[in-house]
Amino acid sequence: MPAVVEAHDLTKRYGARLAVDRVRFAVESGECVGLLGPNGAGKTTTIKMVTGFSPPTSGTLTVLGRPMTPAHHAEIKARLGIVQQEESLDPDLSVERNLLVYARYFGIPADAAAERAERLVRFAELEEHRHERIKSLSGGMKRRLMLARALLNEPALLVLDEPTTGLDPQARRLVWERVRSLKRQGTTILLTTHYMEEAAQLCDRLIIMDGGRIVAEGAPTALIAHHVGAEVVEVYLDGRPDADAHAARLATGAWRSERVGGVLYLYVQSGAAEPSRDALDGLDFTRRRATLEDVFLTLTGHALRD
Amino acid sequence: MRPTLRALSVWRRDLESWQRFAPSFFVAALGDPVFYLLGIGYGLGRFVADIDGVPYAVFLAPGIIAFTAMNSATFETTIGSFTRMVEQNTYAAILATPCSVADVVAGDVLWAATKGTIAVAVVLALVAAFGLLASPLAVLLLPLGFAVGLMFAAIGMVMTAKAPSYDFFNYYFTFVFSVMFLFCGVFFPIVTLPAWARVVAWCLPLTHAVNLARALAAGTLAPSLLGEVAWMAVVTAAAFWLAERLVRRRLLV
Repeated sequence: MPAVVEAHDLTKRYGARLAVDRVRFAVESGECVGLLGPNGAGKTTTIKMVTGFSPPTSGTLTVLGRPMTPAHHAEIKARLGIVQQEESLDPDLSVERNLLVYARYFGIPADAAAERAERLVRFAELEEHRHERIKSLSGGMKRRLMLARALLNEPALLVLDEPTTGLDPQARRLVWERVRSLKRQGTTILLTTHYMEEAAQLCDRLIIMDGGRIVAEGAPTALIAHHVGAEVVEVYLDGRPDADAHAARLATGAWRSERVGGVLYLYVQSGAAEPSRDALDGLDFTRRRATLEDVFLTLTGHALRD
Repeated sequence: MRPTLRALSVWRRDLESWQRFAPSFFVAALGDPVFYLLGIGYGLGRFVADIDGVPYAVFLAPGIIAFTAMNSATFETTIGSFTRMVEQNTYAAILATPCSVADVVAGDVLWAATKGTIAVAVVLALVAAFGLLASPLAVLLLPLGFAVGLMFAAIGMVMTAKAPSYDFFNYYFTFVFSVMFLFCGVFFPIVTLPAWARVVAWCLPLTHAVNLARALAAGTLAPSLLGEVAWMAVVTAAAFWLAERLVRRRLLV
Protein backbone atom coordinates (compact mmCIF):
# COMPACT_ATOMS: atom_id res chain seq x y z
CA MET A 1 0.00 0.00 0.00
CA PRO A 2 1.39 3.47 -0.83
CA ALA A 3 2.19 5.77 2.10
CA VAL A 4 -0.57 8.12 3.32
CA VAL A 5 1.89 11.03 3.46
CA GLU A 6 5.18 11.18 1.60
CA ALA A 7 7.47 14.18 1.89
CA HIS A 8 10.75 14.51 0.00
CA ASP A 9 13.11 17.37 0.73
CA LEU A 10 10.15 19.44 1.84
CA THR A 11 11.30 23.02 2.47
CA LYS A 12 9.61 26.20 3.63
CA ARG A 13 11.39 29.52 3.61
CA TYR A 14 9.96 32.77 5.00
CA GLY A 15 12.20 35.49 3.65
CA ALA A 16 15.63 34.78 5.12
CA ARG A 17 14.28 32.30 7.68
CA LEU A 18 14.33 28.63 6.86
CA ALA A 19 11.34 27.25 8.82
CA VAL A 20 11.51 23.72 7.41
CA ASP A 21 14.73 22.46 5.86
CA ARG A 22 14.58 19.53 3.40
CA VAL A 23 12.62 17.13 5.58
CA ARG A 24 11.89 13.60 4.35
CA PHE A 25 9.35 11.40 6.00
CA ALA A 26 6.41 9.10 5.36
CA VAL A 27 3.28 8.18 7.25
CA GLU A 28 2.02 4.64 6.62
CA SER A 29 -1.60 3.59 6.75
CA GLY A 30 -2.81 2.78 10.27
CA GLU A 31 0.08 4.29 12.22
CA CYS A 32 0.15 7.23 14.58
CA VAL A 33 3.15 9.42 13.86
CA GLY A 34 4.19 12.33 16.04
CA LEU A 35 6.27 15.34 15.16
CA LEU A 36 8.04 16.17 18.41
CA GLY A 37 10.05 19.29 19.01
CA PRO A 38 10.15 22.62 20.82
CA ASN A 39 8.23 25.70 19.64
CA GLY A 40 9.81 26.97 16.44
CA ALA A 41 11.12 23.55 15.41
CA GLY A 42 9.06 23.63 12.20
CA LYS A 43 6.37 21.13 13.28
CA THR A 44 3.37 23.37 12.64
CA THR A 45 4.82 24.65 9.37
CA THR A 46 5.28 21.03 8.25
CA ILE A 47 1.68 20.23 9.24
CA LYS A 48 0.45 23.32 7.39
CA MET A 49 2.15 22.14 4.23
CA VAL A 50 0.73 18.62 4.63
CA THR A 51 -2.80 20.04 5.03
CA GLY A 52 -2.55 22.53 2.16
CA PHE A 53 -2.44 25.65 4.31
CA SER A 54 1.09 26.55 3.28
CA PRO A 55 2.55 26.10 -0.21
CA PRO A 56 6.02 24.50 0.07
CA THR A 57 8.99 26.53 -1.15
CA SER A 58 10.50 23.39 -2.65
CA GLY A 59 10.41 19.62 -2.43
CA THR A 60 7.59 17.21 -3.16
CA LEU A 61 4.64 16.26 -1.01
CA THR A 62 2.10 13.53 -1.66
CA VAL A 63 -0.96 13.15 0.54
CA LEU A 64 -3.40 10.25 0.13
CA GLY A 65 -1.78 9.39 -3.17
CA ARG A 66 -2.07 12.84 -4.73
CA PRO A 67 0.34 15.76 -4.99
CA MET A 68 -0.65 18.45 -2.48
CA THR A 69 -1.19 21.24 -5.01
CA PRO A 70 -4.11 23.72 -5.24
CA ALA A 71 -5.63 21.67 -8.07
CA HIS A 72 -5.92 18.66 -5.71
CA HIS A 73 -6.82 20.51 -2.48
CA ALA A 74 -10.56 19.83 -2.57
CA GLU A 75 -10.09 16.19 -3.47
CA ILE A 76 -7.50 15.59 -0.71
CA LYS A 77 -9.27 17.63 1.96
CA ALA A 78 -12.47 15.68 1.40
CA ARG A 79 -10.55 12.78 3.00
CA LEU A 80 -8.57 14.71 5.63
CA GLY A 81 -9.58 15.50 9.21
CA ILE A 82 -7.77 18.53 10.60
CA VAL A 83 -7.70 19.82 14.17
CA GLN A 84 -5.86 23.12 14.17
CA GLN A 85 -4.05 24.60 17.13
CA GLU A 86 -6.37 27.60 17.49
CA GLU A 87 -9.96 27.08 18.54
CA SER A 88 -12.20 27.69 15.54
CA LEU A 89 -15.70 26.62 16.56
CA ASP A 90 -18.68 28.76 15.56
CA PRO A 91 -19.50 30.75 18.71
CA ASP A 92 -23.05 31.64 17.65
CA LEU A 93 -24.07 28.02 17.04
CA SER A 94 -24.80 25.17 19.44
CA VAL A 95 -22.57 22.11 19.78
CA GLU A 96 -24.85 20.13 17.50
CA ARG A 97 -25.27 22.93 14.91
CA ASN A 98 -21.48 23.29 14.78
CA LEU A 99 -21.27 19.71 13.54
CA LEU A 100 -24.22 19.93 11.16
CA VAL A 101 -23.03 23.17 9.56
CA TYR A 102 -19.51 21.76 9.19
CA ALA A 103 -20.83 18.59 7.55
CA ARG A 104 -22.28 20.74 4.74
CA TYR A 105 -18.81 21.97 3.75
CA PHE A 106 -18.04 18.35 2.85
CA GLY A 107 -21.31 18.00 0.99
CA ILE A 108 -22.50 15.30 3.41
CA PRO A 109 -26.28 14.82 2.90
CA ALA A 110 -28.46 16.06 5.78
CA ASP A 111 -29.65 12.66 7.03
CA ALA A 112 -26.14 11.17 7.04
CA ALA A 113 -24.85 14.34 8.72
CA ALA A 114 -27.49 14.08 11.47
CA GLU A 115 -26.59 10.45 12.11
CA ARG A 116 -22.85 11.19 12.23
CA ALA A 117 -23.31 14.27 14.41
CA GLU A 118 -25.31 12.19 16.87
CA ARG A 119 -22.57 9.56 17.02
CA LEU A 120 -19.82 12.17 17.33
CA VAL A 121 -21.57 14.12 20.10
CA ARG A 122 -21.44 10.85 22.03
CA PHE A 123 -17.82 10.23 20.98
CA ALA A 124 -16.88 13.68 22.33
CA GLU A 125 -18.86 12.96 25.51
CA LEU A 126 -20.93 16.09 24.99
CA GLU A 127 -24.42 14.55 25.05
CA GLU A 128 -25.53 16.82 27.86
CA HIS A 129 -24.17 19.91 26.13
CA ARG A 130 -25.48 19.37 22.61
CA HIS A 131 -27.81 22.38 22.69
CA GLU A 132 -25.38 24.70 24.46
CA ARG A 133 -23.45 27.40 22.73
CA ILE A 134 -19.66 27.15 22.51
CA LYS A 135 -19.08 29.93 25.02
CA SER A 136 -20.35 27.78 27.89
CA LEU A 137 -17.97 24.85 27.15
CA SER A 138 -14.69 24.26 28.97
CA GLY A 139 -11.37 24.17 27.10
CA GLY A 140 -11.33 20.39 27.12
CA MET A 141 -14.88 20.13 25.78
CA LYS A 142 -14.06 22.55 22.98
CA ARG A 143 -11.02 20.49 22.01
CA ARG A 144 -13.06 17.29 21.98
CA LEU A 145 -15.68 18.98 19.82
CA MET A 146 -12.94 20.14 17.43
CA LEU A 147 -11.79 16.51 17.25
CA ALA A 148 -15.35 15.29 16.66
CA ARG A 149 -15.81 17.90 13.93
CA ALA A 150 -12.66 16.66 12.16
CA LEU A 151 -14.15 13.15 12.04
CA LEU A 152 -17.41 14.13 10.27
CA ASN A 153 -16.05 13.17 6.85
CA GLU A 154 -14.65 9.86 8.18
CA PRO A 155 -11.12 10.90 7.21
CA ALA A 156 -8.44 8.59 5.86
CA LEU A 157 -5.86 10.75 7.68
CA LEU A 158 -6.38 12.68 10.88
CA VAL A 159 -4.01 15.59 11.51
CA LEU A 160 -3.78 17.06 15.01
CA ASP A 161 -1.70 20.16 15.64
CA GLU A 162 -0.81 20.35 19.34
CA PRO A 163 -4.01 18.58 20.37
CA THR A 164 -3.72 19.25 24.11
CA THR A 165 -1.76 22.49 24.39
CA GLY A 166 -3.32 24.75 26.98
CA LEU A 167 -5.41 22.01 28.61
CA ASP A 168 -5.18 20.97 32.25
CA PRO A 169 -3.90 17.41 32.95
CA GLN A 170 -7.38 15.98 33.46
CA ALA A 171 -8.73 17.42 30.20
CA ARG A 172 -5.55 16.33 28.42
CA ARG A 173 -6.03 12.71 29.51
CA LEU A 174 -9.61 12.75 28.21
CA VAL A 175 -8.39 13.92 24.79
CA TRP A 176 -5.65 11.23 24.79
CA GLU A 177 -8.25 8.65 25.61
CA ARG A 178 -10.34 9.74 22.59
CA VAL A 179 -7.28 9.67 20.31
CA ARG A 180 -6.38 6.18 21.57
CA SER A 181 -9.87 4.93 20.77
CA LEU A 182 -9.39 6.24 17.20
CA LYS A 183 -6.04 4.43 17.01
CA ARG A 184 -7.72 1.21 18.04
CA GLN A 185 -10.10 1.64 15.11
CA GLY A 186 -7.08 1.89 12.83
CA THR A 187 -7.24 5.62 12.04
CA THR A 188 -4.05 6.97 10.53
CA ILE A 189 -2.90 9.93 12.62
CA LEU A 190 -0.23 12.59 12.21
CA LEU A 191 0.15 14.88 15.20
CA THR A 192 2.52 17.50 16.53
CA THR A 193 3.38 17.99 20.16
CA HIS A 194 5.98 19.46 22.42
CA TYR A 195 4.91 17.25 25.33
CA MET A 196 7.16 14.20 25.54
CA GLU A 197 4.56 12.40 27.63
CA GLU A 198 1.96 12.91 24.89
CA ALA A 199 4.42 11.68 22.29
CA ALA A 200 5.30 8.59 24.35
CA GLN A 201 1.66 7.83 25.16
CA LEU A 202 0.09 8.17 21.74
CA CYS A 203 2.63 7.68 18.99
CA ASP A 204 3.84 4.49 17.35
CA ARG A 205 6.62 6.44 15.72
CA LEU A 206 8.20 9.81 16.37
CA ILE A 207 9.92 12.29 14.13
CA ILE A 208 12.01 14.56 16.30
CA MET A 209 12.49 18.04 14.83
CA ASP A 210 14.73 20.90 15.82
CA GLY A 211 15.54 24.08 13.93
CA GLY A 212 13.50 23.03 10.89
CA ARG A 213 15.27 19.69 10.46
CA ILE A 214 14.57 16.10 11.42
CA VAL A 215 17.16 15.00 13.99
CA ALA A 216 15.91 11.48 14.72
CA GLU A 217 13.11 9.10 13.87
CA GLY A 218 11.81 5.88 15.42
CA ALA A 219 9.53 4.26 17.96
CA PRO A 220 9.60 6.07 21.34
CA THR A 221 11.18 3.16 23.25
CA ALA A 222 13.67 2.45 20.48
CA LEU A 223 14.72 6.10 20.36
CA ILE A 224 15.32 6.11 24.11
CA ALA A 225 17.23 2.81 24.08
CA HIS A 226 19.34 3.80 21.08
CA HIS A 227 20.21 7.38 21.93
CA VAL A 228 20.19 7.39 25.73
CA GLY A 229 19.98 4.01 27.39
CA ALA A 230 17.86 2.69 30.21
CA GLU A 231 18.62 4.95 33.14
CA VAL A 232 19.76 8.45 33.84
CA VAL A 233 21.60 9.70 36.88
CA GLU A 234 21.30 13.46 37.33
CA VAL A 235 24.06 14.91 39.46
CA TYR A 236 23.54 18.48 40.69
CA LEU A 237 26.89 20.26 40.70
CA ASP A 238 25.62 23.81 40.68
CA GLY A 239 27.58 26.08 43.02
CA ARG A 240 30.12 23.45 44.09
CA PRO A 241 33.77 24.61 43.96
CA ASP A 242 34.80 21.04 43.08
CA ALA A 243 32.23 20.73 40.27
CA ASP A 244 34.80 20.36 37.48
CA ALA A 245 36.73 17.69 39.35
CA HIS A 246 33.60 15.65 39.94
CA ALA A 247 32.48 16.07 36.38
CA ALA A 248 35.85 14.87 35.08
CA ARG A 249 35.91 11.93 37.49
CA LEU A 250 32.35 10.82 36.69
CA ALA A 251 32.90 11.19 32.93
CA THR A 252 35.02 8.04 32.95
CA GLY A 253 32.92 4.90 33.19
CA ALA A 254 30.71 2.55 31.22
CA TRP A 255 28.19 5.35 30.76
CA ARG A 256 28.04 8.45 28.64
CA SER A 257 28.04 11.81 30.42
CA GLU A 258 26.82 15.22 29.42
CA ARG A 259 27.01 18.44 31.38
CA VAL A 260 24.26 21.03 30.84
CA GLY A 261 24.70 24.06 33.07
CA GLY A 262 24.96 22.90 36.67
CA VAL A 263 23.64 19.41 35.98
CA LEU A 264 25.72 16.39 34.98
CA TYR A 265 23.70 13.66 33.20
CA LEU A 266 25.03 10.11 33.25
CA TYR A 267 23.31 7.90 30.67
CA VAL A 268 23.45 4.22 31.55
CA GLN A 269 22.79 1.56 28.90
CA SER A 270 20.54 -1.33 29.75
CA GLY A 271 22.56 -4.05 31.54
CA ALA A 272 25.72 -1.92 31.73
CA ALA A 273 27.53 -0.98 34.92
CA GLU A 274 26.09 1.98 36.82
CA PRO A 275 28.00 4.62 38.79
CA SER A 276 28.60 3.10 42.22
CA ARG A 277 27.26 4.46 45.49
CA ASP A 278 30.84 5.33 46.43
CA ALA A 279 31.40 7.32 43.25
CA LEU A 280 28.36 9.46 44.02
CA ASP A 281 29.03 9.72 47.75
CA GLY A 282 28.49 13.21 49.09
CA LEU A 283 26.82 14.43 45.88
CA ASP A 284 23.25 15.54 45.38
CA PHE A 285 21.75 13.24 42.70
CA THR A 286 18.65 11.41 41.43
CA ARG A 287 18.31 8.21 39.46
CA ARG A 288 15.43 7.77 37.01
CA ARG A 289 14.31 6.03 33.83
CA ALA A 290 15.47 7.61 30.58
CA THR A 291 12.82 9.63 28.70
CA LEU A 292 12.33 11.32 25.34
CA GLU A 293 13.46 14.53 27.00
CA ASP A 294 16.91 12.90 27.37
CA VAL A 295 16.84 11.87 23.72
CA PHE A 296 16.15 15.44 22.74
CA LEU A 297 18.84 16.82 25.02
CA THR A 298 21.35 14.28 23.74
CA LEU A 299 20.58 15.03 20.11
CA THR A 300 20.35 18.80 20.24
CA GLY A 301 22.18 19.90 23.37
CA HIS A 302 19.16 21.86 24.59
CA ALA A 303 15.91 21.07 26.39
CA LEU A 304 12.55 20.35 24.72
CA ARG A 305 10.91 23.11 26.69
CA ASP A 306 12.85 26.22 27.66
CA MET B 1 -9.32 30.43 -8.19
CA ARG B 2 -13.03 30.44 -8.95
CA PRO B 3 -15.78 29.75 -6.43
CA THR B 4 -17.83 26.55 -6.63
CA LEU B 5 -21.32 25.69 -5.37
CA ARG B 6 -19.67 24.97 -2.01
CA ALA B 7 -19.88 28.75 -1.47
CA LEU B 8 -23.56 28.16 -0.73
CA SER B 9 -22.68 26.10 2.35
CA VAL B 10 -20.66 29.08 3.61
CA TRP B 11 -23.64 31.33 2.84
CA ARG B 12 -25.89 29.02 4.89
CA ARG B 13 -23.44 29.04 7.77
CA ASP B 14 -23.60 32.84 7.84
CA LEU B 15 -27.39 32.76 7.67
CA GLU B 16 -27.68 30.34 10.60
CA SER B 17 -25.21 32.27 12.73
CA TRP B 18 -27.12 35.47 12.01
CA GLN B 19 -30.54 34.17 13.05
CA ARG B 20 -29.83 34.94 16.69
CA PHE B 21 -29.10 38.56 15.79
CA ALA B 22 -31.97 39.01 13.33
CA PRO B 23 -34.28 41.01 15.67
CA SER B 24 -31.66 43.68 16.34
CA PHE B 25 -30.81 43.71 12.65
CA PHE B 26 -34.37 44.59 11.68
CA VAL B 27 -34.49 47.37 14.27
CA ALA B 28 -31.30 48.89 12.86
CA ALA B 29 -32.25 48.26 9.22
CA LEU B 30 -35.52 50.10 9.69
CA GLY B 31 -34.42 52.67 12.26
CA ASP B 32 -31.63 54.49 10.43
CA PRO B 33 -33.40 55.02 7.08
CA VAL B 34 -36.61 56.11 8.83
CA PHE B 35 -34.71 58.75 10.74
CA TYR B 36 -32.98 59.97 7.57
CA LEU B 37 -36.29 60.16 5.73
CA LEU B 38 -38.11 61.92 8.55
CA GLY B 39 -35.27 64.16 9.73
CA ILE B 40 -33.81 65.11 6.39
CA GLY B 41 -36.48 64.19 3.83
CA TYR B 42 -39.35 65.90 5.60
CA GLY B 43 -37.59 68.08 8.18
CA LEU B 44 -34.92 69.65 6.01
CA GLY B 45 -37.04 69.00 2.92
CA ARG B 46 -39.47 71.75 3.89
CA PHE B 47 -36.75 74.30 3.21
CA VAL B 48 -35.65 72.70 -0.05
CA ALA B 49 -37.17 73.42 -3.44
CA ASP B 50 -38.35 70.56 -5.64
CA ILE B 51 -35.50 68.73 -7.35
CA ASP B 52 -36.03 67.60 -10.96
CA GLY B 53 -39.67 68.42 -10.45
CA VAL B 54 -40.24 66.16 -7.44
CA PRO B 55 -40.52 66.93 -3.71
CA TYR B 56 -37.31 66.47 -1.75
CA ALA B 57 -38.50 63.32 0.11
CA VAL B 58 -39.26 61.64 -3.24
CA PHE B 59 -35.80 62.63 -4.49
CA LEU B 60 -34.13 61.35 -1.33
CA ALA B 61 -35.90 57.95 -0.97
CA PRO B 62 -34.06 55.98 -3.73
CA GLY B 63 -30.76 57.46 -2.55
CA ILE B 64 -31.44 56.14 0.93
CA ILE B 65 -32.29 52.74 -0.55
CA ALA B 66 -28.98 52.54 -2.42
CA PHE B 67 -27.18 53.67 0.72
CA THR B 68 -28.99 51.00 2.77
CA ALA B 69 -27.64 48.24 0.53
CA MET B 70 -24.13 49.69 0.71
CA ASN B 71 -24.29 50.14 4.47
CA SER B 72 -25.49 46.64 5.27
CA ALA B 73 -23.15 44.83 2.87
CA THR B 74 -20.14 46.92 3.86
CA PHE B 75 -20.47 46.21 7.56
CA GLU B 76 -20.94 42.50 6.89
CA THR B 77 -17.71 42.00 4.93
CA THR B 78 -15.60 44.41 6.97
CA ILE B 79 -16.38 44.05 10.69
CA GLY B 80 -18.25 40.75 10.16
CA SER B 81 -15.76 39.01 7.89
CA PHE B 82 -12.78 40.31 9.86
CA THR B 83 -14.29 38.77 13.00
CA ARG B 84 -14.72 35.46 11.19
CA MET B 85 -11.29 35.51 9.59
CA VAL B 86 -9.18 36.78 12.51
CA GLU B 87 -11.06 36.55 15.81
CA GLN B 88 -13.02 33.33 15.37
CA ASN B 89 -10.71 31.45 12.93
CA THR B 90 -13.85 30.51 11.02
CA TYR B 91 -12.09 30.81 7.67
CA ALA B 92 -9.30 28.48 8.78
CA ALA B 93 -11.90 25.95 9.97
CA ILE B 94 -13.73 26.06 6.64
CA LEU B 95 -10.50 25.85 4.64
CA ALA B 96 -9.79 22.52 6.37
CA THR B 97 -12.66 21.14 4.25
CA PRO B 98 -12.96 20.96 0.43
CA CYS B 99 -14.04 24.64 0.42
CA SER B 100 -11.43 26.94 -1.16
CA VAL B 101 -10.65 30.57 -0.34
CA ALA B 102 -12.77 31.50 -3.37
CA ASP B 103 -15.72 29.57 -1.89
CA VAL B 104 -15.34 31.25 1.51
CA VAL B 105 -15.01 34.75 0.04
CA ALA B 106 -17.92 34.15 -2.36
CA GLY B 107 -20.06 32.75 0.47
CA ASP B 108 -19.44 35.78 2.67
CA VAL B 109 -19.99 38.22 -0.22
CA LEU B 110 -23.24 36.49 -1.20
CA TRP B 111 -24.39 36.58 2.38
CA ALA B 112 -23.56 40.28 2.73
CA ALA B 113 -25.55 41.01 -0.45
CA THR B 114 -28.43 38.92 0.89
CA LYS B 115 -28.44 40.91 4.10
CA GLY B 116 -28.31 44.12 2.08
CA THR B 117 -31.32 42.95 0.08
CA ILE B 118 -33.28 42.15 3.25
CA ALA B 119 -32.55 45.64 4.55
CA VAL B 120 -33.56 47.16 1.19
CA ALA B 121 -36.83 45.20 1.25
CA VAL B 122 -37.66 46.63 4.67
CA VAL B 123 -36.89 50.19 3.60
CA LEU B 124 -38.65 49.74 0.26
CA ALA B 125 -41.86 48.69 2.02
CA LEU B 126 -41.61 51.72 4.25
CA VAL B 127 -40.90 54.16 1.41
CA ALA B 128 -43.81 52.70 -0.57
CA ALA B 129 -46.06 53.20 2.46
CA PHE B 130 -45.02 56.86 2.54
CA GLY B 131 -46.05 57.08 -1.13
CA LEU B 132 -42.56 58.06 -2.28
CA LEU B 133 -42.33 55.68 -5.26
CA ALA B 134 -43.67 56.89 -8.59
CA SER B 135 -43.29 53.74 -10.68
CA PRO B 136 -44.04 50.00 -10.34
CA LEU B 137 -40.51 49.53 -11.71
CA ALA B 138 -39.46 50.35 -8.15
CA VAL B 139 -39.85 46.66 -7.37
CA LEU B 140 -36.60 46.25 -9.33
CA LEU B 141 -34.89 48.06 -6.48
CA LEU B 142 -34.74 44.63 -4.81
CA PRO B 143 -32.44 42.99 -7.40
CA LEU B 144 -30.59 46.30 -7.64
CA GLY B 145 -30.10 46.16 -3.86
CA PHE B 146 -28.59 42.70 -4.27
CA ALA B 147 -26.23 43.91 -7.00
CA VAL B 148 -25.22 46.97 -4.99
CA GLY B 149 -24.70 44.65 -2.01
CA LEU B 150 -22.42 42.36 -4.04
CA MET B 151 -20.32 45.29 -5.19
CA PHE B 152 -19.79 46.83 -1.76
CA ALA B 153 -19.36 43.42 -0.11
CA ALA B 154 -16.53 42.61 -2.53
CA ILE B 155 -14.93 46.02 -1.91
CA GLY B 156 -15.31 45.54 1.86
CA MET B 157 -13.62 42.16 1.55
CA VAL B 158 -10.60 43.79 -0.10
CA MET B 159 -10.32 46.06 2.95
CA THR B 160 -10.66 43.09 5.30
CA ALA B 161 -7.95 41.16 3.50
CA LYS B 162 -5.52 44.01 4.17
CA ALA B 163 -6.76 45.01 7.65
CA PRO B 164 -4.29 44.35 10.47
CA SER B 165 -6.95 45.24 13.07
CA TYR B 166 -10.46 46.67 13.42
CA ASP B 167 -8.99 50.21 13.63
CA PHE B 168 -7.93 49.95 9.99
CA PHE B 169 -11.59 50.15 8.92
CA ASN B 170 -11.83 53.68 10.35
CA TYR B 171 -9.85 54.93 7.35
CA TYR B 172 -12.23 53.27 4.92
CA PHE B 173 -15.33 54.41 6.78
CA THR B 174 -14.16 58.01 7.10
CA PHE B 175 -12.43 58.65 3.78
CA VAL B 176 -14.44 56.44 1.45
CA PHE B 177 -17.70 55.36 3.02
CA SER B 178 -18.70 58.73 4.50
CA VAL B 179 -17.55 60.60 1.40
CA MET B 180 -19.77 58.37 -0.71
CA PHE B 181 -22.69 58.82 1.67
CA LEU B 182 -22.48 62.60 1.37
CA PHE B 183 -21.21 63.29 -2.17
CA CYS B 184 -22.55 60.56 -4.46
CA GLY B 185 -25.99 61.98 -5.05
CA VAL B 186 -27.93 60.57 -2.10
CA PHE B 187 -28.80 64.04 -0.75
CA PHE B 188 -28.36 66.32 -3.76
CA PRO B 189 -27.80 65.88 -7.52
CA ILE B 190 -24.11 65.68 -8.31
CA VAL B 191 -24.56 68.02 -11.30
CA THR B 192 -24.45 70.81 -8.71
CA LEU B 193 -20.86 69.85 -7.82
CA PRO B 194 -17.85 71.58 -9.43
CA ALA B 195 -16.46 69.74 -12.47
CA TRP B 196 -13.48 68.17 -10.65
CA ALA B 197 -15.75 66.86 -7.87
CA ARG B 198 -18.08 65.35 -10.45
CA VAL B 199 -15.12 63.38 -11.80
CA VAL B 200 -14.35 62.15 -8.29
CA ALA B 201 -18.01 61.23 -7.76
CA TRP B 202 -18.05 59.29 -11.05
CA CYS B 203 -15.16 57.20 -9.73
CA LEU B 204 -17.06 56.29 -6.59
CA PRO B 205 -19.33 53.22 -6.79
CA LEU B 206 -22.27 54.62 -4.86
CA THR B 207 -22.87 57.30 -7.53
CA HIS B 208 -23.82 54.63 -10.07
CA ALA B 209 -25.97 52.74 -7.56
CA VAL B 210 -27.87 55.95 -6.75
CA ASN B 211 -28.36 56.81 -10.43
CA LEU B 212 -29.90 53.41 -11.08
CA ALA B 213 -32.04 53.49 -7.93
CA ARG B 214 -33.42 56.91 -8.80
CA ALA B 215 -34.27 55.88 -12.35
CA LEU B 216 -36.09 52.74 -11.17
CA ALA B 217 -38.02 54.61 -8.47
CA ALA B 218 -39.15 57.24 -10.98
CA GLY B 219 -39.66 54.77 -13.82
CA THR B 220 -37.46 56.84 -16.14
CA LEU B 221 -35.40 54.23 -17.95
CA ALA B 222 -32.78 55.38 -20.45
CA PRO B 223 -30.07 53.57 -22.46
CA SER B 224 -27.42 55.41 -20.45
CA LEU B 225 -28.37 53.26 -17.48
CA LEU B 226 -26.73 50.29 -19.19
CA GLY B 227 -23.46 52.14 -18.72
CA GLU B 228 -24.13 52.31 -14.97
CA VAL B 229 -24.85 48.57 -14.88
CA ALA B 230 -21.64 47.85 -16.79
CA TRP B 231 -19.65 50.11 -14.45
CA MET B 232 -20.95 48.21 -11.43
CA ALA B 233 -20.38 44.81 -13.01
CA VAL B 234 -16.76 45.58 -13.85
CA VAL B 235 -15.99 46.99 -10.40
CA THR B 236 -17.71 44.07 -8.65
CA ALA B 237 -15.78 41.48 -10.66
CA ALA B 238 -12.48 43.31 -10.15
CA ALA B 239 -13.02 43.71 -6.40
CA PHE B 240 -13.95 40.05 -6.02
CA TRP B 241 -10.91 38.94 -7.99
CA LEU B 242 -8.65 41.11 -5.83
CA ALA B 243 -10.31 40.10 -2.55
CA GLU B 244 -9.92 36.38 -3.27
CA ARG B 245 -6.29 36.87 -4.17
CA LEU B 246 -5.50 38.95 -1.09
CA VAL B 247 -7.33 36.67 1.36
CA ARG B 248 -5.54 33.67 -0.17
CA ARG B 249 -2.19 35.37 0.27
CA ARG B 250 -3.05 36.22 3.84
CA LEU B 251 -4.32 32.81 4.95
CA LEU B 252 -2.28 30.35 2.91
CA VAL B 253 1.26 31.43 3.75
